[in-house]
Amino acid sequence: MGLMLPWTWFFLGYGIIPLSTGTLYDKVWELHRVAELPGGQTQLFIGLHLIHEVTSPQAFAMLKEQSLRVRHPERTVATVDHIVPTTDQGRPLADPLAEAMLSALEKNCADHGLRLYGFDSGRQGIVHVIAPELGLSQPGMTIACGDSHTSTHGAFGAIAFGIGTTQVRDVLASQSLALDKLKVRRISIHGSLAPGVFAKDVALHVIRRLGVKSGVGYAYEFSGSCVAAMAMEERMTLCNMAIEAGARCGYVNPDQVCFDYLRHRPCAPSGAAWRRAVTWWRSLASDGDAVYDDQVTMDAGEIAPTVTWGITPAQAMAVDEIIPAPNQLPPGERPLAQEAYRYMDLQPGEPIAGTPVDVCFIGSCTNGRLSDLRDAALVVKGRQVADGMKAFVVPGSQQVAWAAEEEGLDAVFAQAGFEWRRPGCSMCLAMNPDRLEGRQLSASSSNRNFKGRQGSASGRTLLMSPAMVAAAAISGVVTDVRTLLGNAEDTRTGPVE
Amino acid sequence: MTPAPITLVEGRGIALQGHDIDTDRIIPARFLKSISFAGLGNHVFADDRAATGGCHPFDRPEHQGARMLVVNRNFGCGSSREHAPQALRRWGITAVIGESFAEIFASNCLALGMPCLRGEAGAIGEIQQLIQEQPGVDFCLPLATSTLHGLDRHWPLMMESGPQTMLLSGCWDATGLLLSHGDELRRTALRLPYFHNFASTR
Repeated sequence: MGLMLPWTWFFLGYGIIPLSTGTLYDKVWELHRVAELPGGQTQLFIGLHLIHEVTSPQAFAMLKEQSLRVRHPERTVATVDHIVPTTDQGRPLADPLAEAMLSALEKNCADHGLRLYGFDSGRQGIVHVIAPELGLSQPGMTIACGDSHTSTHGAFGAIAFGIGTTQVRDVLASQSLALDKLKVRRISIHGSLAPGVFAKDVALHVIRRLGVKSGVGYAYEFSGSCVAAMAMEERMTLCNMAIEAGARCGYVNPDQVCFDYLRHRPCAPSGAAWRRAVTWWRSLASDGDAVYDDQVTMDAGEIAPTVTWGITPAQAMAVDEIIPAPNQLPPGERPLAQEAYRYMDLQPGEPIAGTPVDVCFIGSCTNGRLSDLRDAALVVKGRQVADGMKAFVVPGSQQVAWAAEEEGLDAVFAQAGFEWRRPGCSMCLAMNPDRLEGRQLSASSSNRNFKGRQGSASGRTLLMSPAMVAAAAISGVVTDVRTLLGNAEDTRTGPVE
Repeated sequence: MTPAPITLVEGRGIALQGHDIDTDRIIPARFLKSISFAGLGNHVFADDRAATGGCHPFDRPEHQGARMLVVNRNFGCGSSREHAPQALRRWGITAVIGESFAEIFASNCLALGMPCLRGEAGAIGEIQQLIQEQPGVDFCLPLATSTLHGLDRHWPLMMESGPQTMLLSGCWDATGLLLSHGDELRRTALRLPYFHNFASTR
């Protein structure tokens, strides 16, 4: 591969037809290939199907209309996350529409014999947080869910991607999907991250560098020494945001870090099966001489704490830079930049640091895991949120919440003036009561800064790492978290005492 | 249930300019609080329309009844919500033409039998300009040739062969086709170690 001439890559990278061979994506695709369909699409077997209350009810209605049954009830797992309130989760839910959606999910799961992790399971939470926790997401699987952030599970070396509701019906009915094979782009990130720089910053940096549509038609393989050194929760953050670069799936090759995470999880294999599983999983990692459709290399040392300033995740900048002027951007991006300045009420040429923030949200499938809460708590501990700031933490799952409470993180946040909530998707997309009002500006650890995303048609979102959200909550303005971390050697791991 | 082949799309156009228009904008999340897709057509682009006070293309009287939506780059990015193409469809759109589409959005459109065709930026600009200047023009789009015809002009468009074949042959609603491969589905499951919890006696 290293011997290949640059012009070869030019042809490989710009071809219409995928040419990759020997990558994890190629191997998993071949193993799950059921049949070739007219016109060249592939029928692909789906190993794990995850469902939730928002994108499944219509799929069950279609099944009923067509008198179809669920082909493999044991391969679909449900939870409730998008519409759940994060304060009072007593039934019936206060919002009758939310209650109707939850009731429909319960009925559909009961009617078809599907596992549902509801409030009383002790395992409820955001679908992309609970499936890894349970050990359901495993290397070599194909994983589909009616949610675009299904790419998260690629952290395990799975081919995981979001689907629409009609496709949810197809998976329920046939445990398979009609799909076109993607090309594979390897994104190698080398070196180590500086203190105060997190997986979220890496994700935003990649999207900023490559753009929000670079990944259309591609699976993104994340590799390099920086990714190899990441813990599973960091890899999940990185793969979670692949879709924000346009890549329907992103993945990391399975390694010992992955196996150590999975070992002893409730749904992971055990005993002799565990040893056979690890052998199989290892064999699926991309070969040393694998051929990619495209390759990109990045230096982790260049990555600073990163913040979005606009209305797409690619409109991002290092926290110590100034907001780019139109003439600093490629001509094709200038109209969207003009729209972003107007919508965000931010001026090109000004620093982003110091921008006043109204609401601080820590949570979501991107950054609602235990390590995220630890990173934020390290910043918050012994400090107070700024006057008038609304700041809240929404753990990604009941397991995350309990583990955090066991460590006393809930108290760290509460003493600083944060609200400690119950698990759900919350203000990432504001389908529950957590939302922005009017033109409020949020510092958010979630994944999308689209216009109106957080529940107000004129609300504004700045995406950043949980530690950066914590820093904004304390200062009341966008703040370089490195100024609050002192001389901490490694800020990315370990419980807060 | 076998869907009908889709060979031809006809009707007036509606142009919506801008790159990276995401599915949250096409249908804001609050309208997803329902167990059916009914009524979504009324709320398509709800926030953008409210912000433009009746000047949004979807509000303009001359575009009512339009069938072909003409957009720019990376249309439908973001959330996988099928509610987005459902809302467009229920408003009256039957085909989307643009510079490029987000992948999940395009596959959701295909599942509804709503073709997404790509065109060069120059061609898309011309089509959008024509629609703005003469909104009454009727277009005709035979899917077999992927060429848009209108006012004696022609624009070659592109579509991947898979979706094109599925639409033309009437198997765009894939369930029946997928279920017809029962033996192949069983064989595939058998060769996946995890399907049997990594049991040794396979």
